[in-house]
Amino acid sequence: MTFLPVLFTVLMGAAVLAYVVLDGYDLGVGMLMPAADAEQQEVMVASIGPFWDANETWLVLGIGLMLVAFPLAHGMILGALYLPVVAMLVGLMLRGVAFEFRLKALGWHRELWNWLFWFGSFLASLAQGFMLGLYITGFETDFARLGFSLLVAGGVCGGYVLLGATWLVLRTEGALQRLALGWARWGLWWVALGVALVSLATPAMSETVRDKWFVLDFPRTFIVMLLPLVSAAAWLWVWRTTGQLKRGESVPEWAPFAGAVAIFVCAFTGLAYSLFPYLVIDRLTIWEAAAHPSALSAVAWGAAVVLPFIVGYTVFSYRVFRGKAKAGLYGH
Amino acid sequence: MDEAVFLARAQFGLNIAFHILFPTITIALAWILVYFRVMLARTGDASWLATYKLWVKVFALTFAMGVVSGITMSFQFGTNWPGFMNNVGNVAGPLLAYEVLTAFFLEATFLGVMLFGMNRVPGWLHVLSTVLVAVGTSISAFWILALNSWMHTPAGQTYDGAALIAGDWWQIIFNPSFPYRLTHMMLASGLTAAFVVAGLSAWRLLNERSDAAALRTLRVGVVLAAILAPVQILVGDLHGLNTLEHQPAKIAAMEGIWKTQKGAPLVLFAFPNARTQTNDYAIQIPKGASLILKHDPEAELKGIDAFALDAPPVAPVFFAFRIMVGMGVAMFALAWFGVWATRRGAVPARPVLWGFAAFTFAGWIATLAGWIVTEVGRQPWLVTGVLRTVEAAGGVSGASLGASLTAYVLTYGLMLLAYIVVLTHMTGSGGEHAVESAKSAALEGTT
Ligand code: HDD
Ligand code: HEM
Ligand code: HEM
Repeated sequence: MTFLPVLFTVLMGAAVLAYVVLDGYDLGVGMLMPAADAEQQEVMVASIGPFWDANETWLVLGIGLMLVAFPLAHGMILGALYLPVVAMLVGLMLRGVAFEFRLKALGWHRELWNWLFWFGSFLASLAQGFMLGLYITGFETDFARLGFSLLVAGGVCGGYVLLGATWLVLRTEGALQRLALGWARWGLWWVALGVALVSLATPAMSETVRDKWFVLDFPRTFIVMLLPLVSAAAWLWVWRTTGQLKRGESVPEWAPFAGAVAIFVCAFTGLAYSLFPYLVIDRLTIWEAAAHPSALSAVAWGAAVVLPFIVGYTVFSYRVFRGKAKAGLYGH
Repeated sequence: MDEAVFLARAQFGLNIAFHILFPTITIALAWILVYFRVMLARTGDASWLATYKLWVKVFALTFAMGVVSGITMSFQFGTNWPGFMNNVGNVAGPLLAYEVLTAFFLEATFLGVMLFGMNRVPGWLHVLSTVLVAVGTSISAFWILALNSWMHTPAGQTYDGAALIAGDWWQIIFNPSFPYRLTHMMLASGLTAAFVVAGLSAWRLLNERSDAAALRTLRVGVVLAAILAPVQILVGDLHGLNTLEHQPAKIAAMEGIWKTQKGAPLVLFAFPNARTQTNDYAIQIPKGASLILKHDPEAELKGIDAFALDAPPVAPVFFAFRIMVGMGVAMFALAWFGVWATRRGAVPARPVLWGFAAFTFAGWIATLAGWIVTEVGRQPWLVTGVLRTVEAAGGVSGASLGASLTAYVLTYGLMLLAYIVVLTHMTGSGGEHAVESAKSAALEGTT
């Protein structure tokens, strides 16, 4: 009875984290489109072409698991976030179809779809950040909290830009790679802002969270101190490696991307630690929201069998498309 | 019905109707692509390569439309119908989860390999990827239709004190209407895709009569449609008999039978009148409905009056049913005429080509009409005998729903327009070469 909801919380969290990192980099690349010239844009799109659809599927899995395991929370959270969710969906739709349409359209139509591609990526990222802001402030919509949520939205966009830029560092070469190094450093500042805001706001909003972080007993002290330290280290690591790559020193090209992912993992873990066991801060716990155990175990068995395959062929597809992206690749 | 419930229904109906347009094409087009890909592997012929490349693009575009509108669907369950998950979530949830786990990742991942991997993986692996995409779309149809069929003819669930839970998953999945609905929908997909292939090829031939590859794909579409159309009519009939057994109120609405009677007539056309509970201007065959549905001209059929308040609205079900059947018969006739017109490799006359071009999206009309019959015919139930539609609605305010409905209508309108324009342009202008060269021209133009 108590184990299954925890298992599903972990699964759902893992799916959301996978989504944020994976779709994060391709949304980031989308937001960076206007900063590049037409030829570079082709390479950028080619670098995410084979992946974006599967990346987005993690969102469907996360939402699906919430729907199955915590139906009460699904209704409550998505009901409260109704309009930003619609904005996000419209953004994801424009982005997804623009992928195909921009290739097949000509002249100004093509330009239009390029802009919609950028706009869709931006709108979806902004909406996701805004939802995060509303979520941690408990869905209140007074002026101050809306402003706060907008800042968090900026932070999330910056984080996605960071992921996208470091992804491009890994997947491209030459002038575009050098541009991407600059974009990455720009994204870093926004990430710092976003992470700082969220870390300050969550304890301010709720006593439960405050107690968790500041009323310490021993084994907890350790985790709690570790998270901010590791994220600061990852931040510095990205700063350093991008600088070194810029100067042409030999650093593995995956280093900045790995650092960016580490920042996201730490920030996500910290947030999860603050919230647990609440799904909606101070209002709804995972046990209150959980579906019937029979439904949970029916899905758990299936997930145990199928998830290894999913991970397996995901790795397979990344191996097939490893190496530097070429514009021509997308001429399918 | 209060405004919020109405808007919630309108919005859900719009979204799912938009979504289903694209899966209906991709489920079967994926298998047609497997055929093209295998022919390419066996012959190594450049013209099969061009055919495959052109249709894989059509597929990619359609698939993208299906994906993005499908993601919207997964959010709508909780927002528009909170009462649905709270009441029957223990059955519906796992079925939806299995669709994501077993189908969506499979198709999305191998789609990448199929679209971009041709020069990166060995030939057999590329064929396999194409097959896996097709398997994925079919598995997806399997789960979603299992859920939808369960909502029409629930079986296998039990009560555990307070909550409805799954008793026997086998019975839930293979509920009484599922085999019929799955078969009928898969055939609908096959017909829809066949007419898309035939229609776009005909469009190409209208622009360029000598295109041998287009003539070949026209023939593929026409023959496939000719095979599937009669099977669909047969299966549709069996489906109707199954519905008579489990949802007699829906049949009463479909047939326009207001009063329970022996030897009920087959109403070919009429204007059902809800106020007088009769059909105005009816053209009917005496005792026809009893004969078709019970195989006995004197048999008794239940009318709308037998169900009191539990009967669906008659007119939309009645008209939608006639549209679907009419399209089915028209598709049957056109397909067989096409088989004759394309015999021995002849390019059909222009009027025939125009006919197929006009029928490119005929499958959509039949499919949407079919779903309206099914879904409206189930009212006022959401899950027959278990949960009413009004009990499931709630939550979101009318103003939010109105705003989002507007946003969806605008976005969908833009997408649908672009989809149809791009498809006809892409295939009509000769596909591959024209698009490639125009693309590089466009690229030069912008730099
Ligand atoms: C009979 C077929 C059928 C029906 C009735 C539905 N779908 Fe669907 N759906 C598919 C057949 C399909 C598909 C062919 O499998 C798609 C199209 C493109 C794709 O990715 O898979 C798909 C895509 C698709 C996706 C995106 C998957 C991805 O990211 O790859 C989602 C989230 C849904 N659907 C959800 C739904 C929901 C919640 C539905 C009903 C309420 C629904 N679909 C009805
Ligand atoms: C895919 C093609 C489908 C179409 C075109 C379609 C169409 C519709 C329409 C028009 C309505 C509104 C009915 C009314 O207002 O009276 C509706 C309602 C609904 N449908 Fe479907 N439907 C489809 C498939 C499905 C599937 C696969 C499911 C479930 C898995 C589903 C679940 C529902 C629900 C929950 C409602 C809301 C309650 C209702 O008004 O009946 N539908 N659908
Ligand atoms: C003349 C031939 C046809 C007959 C007799 C027929 C019969 C039926 C019946 C009785 C239903 C309602 C079943 C129920 O909900 O309980 C139905 C639904 C449906 N029809 Fe048809 N149909 C025919 C042709 C077609 C064609 C040509 C298409 C599409 C290409 C199509 C697509 C659908 C779909 C998608 C549904 C809803 C899904 C379902 O319930 O299976 N039908 N049909």
